[in-house]
Amino acid sequence: MRRTLPLNKRGLNFETLMWLFTRLSALGMYAFILMGAIGALIMGARTQMNMADLMRWSFMPNTTHVQNTNVLDLSMWSNPFWKVSASLLYLLAMAHGVHGLVVVCDDYIAGATGRKIVRFLSIVVMVVMGPIGLMVIWA
Amino acid sequence: MGLNRNVSLNTGLQYKGREPMLTFVLHRIGGLGIVVFVGTHILSSFIGGQLGHAGNVVYESWIFQIIIFFCATFHAINGLRITILDLWPPLIEHQREAIWIEFAVFIPLYLIAVYVIIHTALGG
Repeated sequence: MRRTLPLNKRGLNFETLMWLFTRLSALGMYAFILMGAIGALIMGARTQMNMADLMRWSFMPNTTHVQNTNVLDLSMWSNPFWKVSASLLYLLAMAHGVHGLVVVCDDYIAGATGRKIVRFLSIVVMVVMGPIGLMVIWA
Repeated sequence: MGLNRNVSLNTGLQYKGREPMLTFVLHRIGGLGIVVFVGTHILSSFIGGQLGHAGNVVYESWIFQIIIFFCATFHAINGLRITILDLWPPLIEHQREAIWIEFAVFIPLYLIAVYVIIHTALGG
């Protein structure tokens, strides 16, 4: 039995789009994490890193995450390719996480005003934390 | 509106949702843990100096790493299950089996990571 409505019979509002975005950004983050893990293995992680360090690098391919491992030459690990993918992963994860916070708040804040305040604060957090994170990656 | 459920906290705590509820609770705790950790981690890296270094001491302690690895790996693996079941709705019929597969992947992966973290912390 098919219990789900077809797409054209569902209302397509902002919340629905964000529901879809949450799923698609999860897949996107998986792609970045896989890319980070495979890239690290190509760059010599098999003999220079343990699994926890490899996962730390994969979750965020930032040079500072390999500083305490046995990797000696960091130049390959800090090239523009990794900085761009770290930035994209960061922006994707930030939007995913801030929307997650809004969803959690909506479970406990039912009033229209409260929900408006939550949405306003979520935009403030994104505008402030976005550039800060990018500066940490690029500086 | 969502909050008028007329259910007391005590009744709520007695609700037995089994595996789906367990994964929901852990997914939420893990997500909030990641937000708090990543947010403060970025801020301490951005501030730098004495205060930022104090943050790094916390993040590099093995107890903290065990907690945050739980949050991150569980949220990632459970999120993949939710994504697959939501984007391919017919699969929802197998959601209990999906949760068992999820734990079959998560528990060994997490235990290996915990072993490596403790092994490294003990100077191995």
